[in-house]
Amino acid sequence: MIRLIDIQKSYDNGTKALKGVNMRIDDGEFVFLVGPSGSGKSTILKLITAEIAPSGGRLMVNGYNLNNITPRQVPHMRRTLGVVFQDFRLIEKKTVQENLEFAMQAVGASPREIRKRVAYVLDLVGLLPKSKQRPDQLSGGEQQRVAIARALVNNPQMIIADEPTGNLDPMRSLEIMMLLERINELGTTILVVTHERELVNRFSKRVVAIENGRIISDETGGYYNHETTL
Amino acid sequence: MRQRYNLGYLFSEGFHSIFTHGFMSFAAVCMIVCCLLIMGSFSLVAVNAAYNFSDLEKDNQFSAFIDETIPQEQARALQDEIEAVPNVARAEFVTKEQAQAEFEQDYVGNPLFEDLPSDVYRDRFHIYLEDISKLAETEAAVKQVEGVAHTNSAPEIAEGFGVIRNIASAVAIILVGILLLVSLFIISNTIKLAFFNRRDEIAIMKMCGATNSFVRWPFVIEGMILGLSGGIVAFFLQWGIYSLVSQAINGTDSIDLIKVVSFQPVAMLVLGSFLLIGLVIGVLGALLAIRKFLQV
Repeated sequence: MIRLIDIQKSYDNGTKALKGVNMRIDDGEFVFLVGPSGSGKSTILKLITAEIAPSGGRLMVNGYNLNNITPRQVPHMRRTLGVVFQDFRLIEKKTVQENLEFAMQAVGASPREIRKRVAYVLDLVGLLPKSKQRPDQLSGGEQQRVAIARALVNNPQMIIADEPTGNLDPMRSLEIMMLLERINELGTTILVVTHERELVNRFSKRVVAIENGRIISDETGGYYNHETTL
Repeated sequence: MRQRYNLGYLFSEGFHSIFTHGFMSFAAVCMIVCCLLIMGSFSLVAVNAAYNFSDLEKDNQFSAFIDETIPQEQARALQDEIEAVPNVARAEFVTKEQAQAEFEQDYVGNPLFEDLPSDVYRDRFHIYLEDISKLAETEAAVKQVEGVAHTNSAPEIAEGFGVIRNIASAVAIILVGILLLVSLFIISNTIKLAFFNRRDEIAIMKMCGATNSFVRWPFVIEGMILGLSGGIVAFFLQWGIYSLVSQAINGTDSIDLIKVVSFQPVAMLVLGSFLLIGLVIGVLGALLAIRKFLQV
C-alpha cells in the first residue's frame, strides 16, 4: 500500500515539483498516473522508490515510513517494488534468463530459488522459449516483457511502470498493458505512468491525473479525459 | 535481515570486470608493481645499509687508559670489571709496550715521534660496544671503574651513524608514503572506470533492492585481485633484480667493503609485505572509488 499525505517536494533550484499531493493506492489496485511533462509524475515515482526524499508531508510505501527510513532499510523497501522503465534498461550482454537471474542475485536469492522463480516468471510473460537470447535479438515488445519479468521476479508487492509503452507500437503497447493487467489479477499492485490516452481509455481502471504538482482528478474506473493533461 | 552472498557470483563479477577494461587493469597492476619495486628496493638498500652499518659499529671502540701507578698484572685484571659495564661487548687489554709498537708503526719515518720514552705510554683497554648510540653513557660508566685514568672516544662517529640512519629512515618513509598515495590513486581510478562501465547494471541492482555492500563487493574483490597480482609480480621482479645487483656487487673487487645480504632469508618477509601492501592498496582504492557513487 502507498500513502502520500500532503506531500511536497522542492528541488535545490527552487522548483516546486509537488504542492501537497494526497494519494492512496491499496494492495491489489491497478492505477494509471497521468499528466503532462513536468507535472510531477516522475517526482512521485522517485519519492516512492526513495531516490529522493520529500520536502514535506508523510509518505508510506508497503509498510515503510519513507520520512524516516534509514539508508540500510532502503534496499529492503525496494524489494517490495518492481520497476519497469520506458527504455527497458536491460543488460545487453546478458541473456534474457541472465537478466532475471541478475535481479535475483542482487537480493541474495539462492541458486535453487533463482532457477525455479526465473522459469516461472519467463513462462508467465511468454518468453520461456527465448530465455537464452540476448535483448538485442528481441523485438521492443519482447524486451519490455523481459523488463516486466525482471520487475516481477523478486515477487514484489507492487510494480511501478514508468511509460512502459512509450517505445512500442499500439499493438505491442496493448499486449504489455494486458500482461500488466494479468499480473494485477494474480495479486500484484500496479502503478502505470503514461501519456497514452487511448490505451488508458481502453482499460477501465483508476486514473489519477496530476498537473502542476497537484492531483486534479482521481476517478476509479474513470477515463483519461482531461484535455489539459494532453 | 542479513543478505546472503553468493561468493561465486561476487568473485566472477570481480574477475570479469578486470578483463572488461583490461588495459586499465594492466596499467594499475604495472603501477603497483613499480611502486612496490621502488619501495622494496629502497627497503632492501636500507636493510643492507643497516647490516653494513652494524658491521662498522662492531669495529667502533673507545680506549680506556689505566692509571700508570697500577702494575700491569693488576691493570689486566680490570678486564672483568670493565666488561661488566652495561653495553660493553668486550674489552681488549693492550700493554703500553704494544701501544708503543703500534704507534711507532703508524708513524714510521716521522722524526717527531721517534725515540719517545716508553713511560709516555699507558696500559689501556680497547672497549667495543653493543650499541654505538649509547657511547656517552658507557664511556661515563667505564670512567667510574677504579684504576681507569681517562678515556678517549670519537663520539662524532656514533652521532654520524645516527644521523645517516635517521636521514635514510625519513627519506624512506616519505618516498614510500608518496608512492603508496600514487598507487592508491591509480587503483581508485581503475575501479572508478569499472564502476562507470557498469553504472547501468548497478542502477538496476540498486533498484531491485541490492544493498550497498552487495554492490561494493565485486569492486573490492577486483581491487584485491589487482593489488595481489601486483604484489606477486613485484616480488619475482624484485628477486631477479636483487640477485643480479648482488651478483654484480659481489663480483666487483673494488667494492669489497660492501657486504650484500642474501635474498633468501628476507624473501618471505618481502613477499608478505608486498602482498599485504598490494591488498591494502587494492581494497582501499576500491572503497575510495565507489564511496560516493553508492549514495543512490
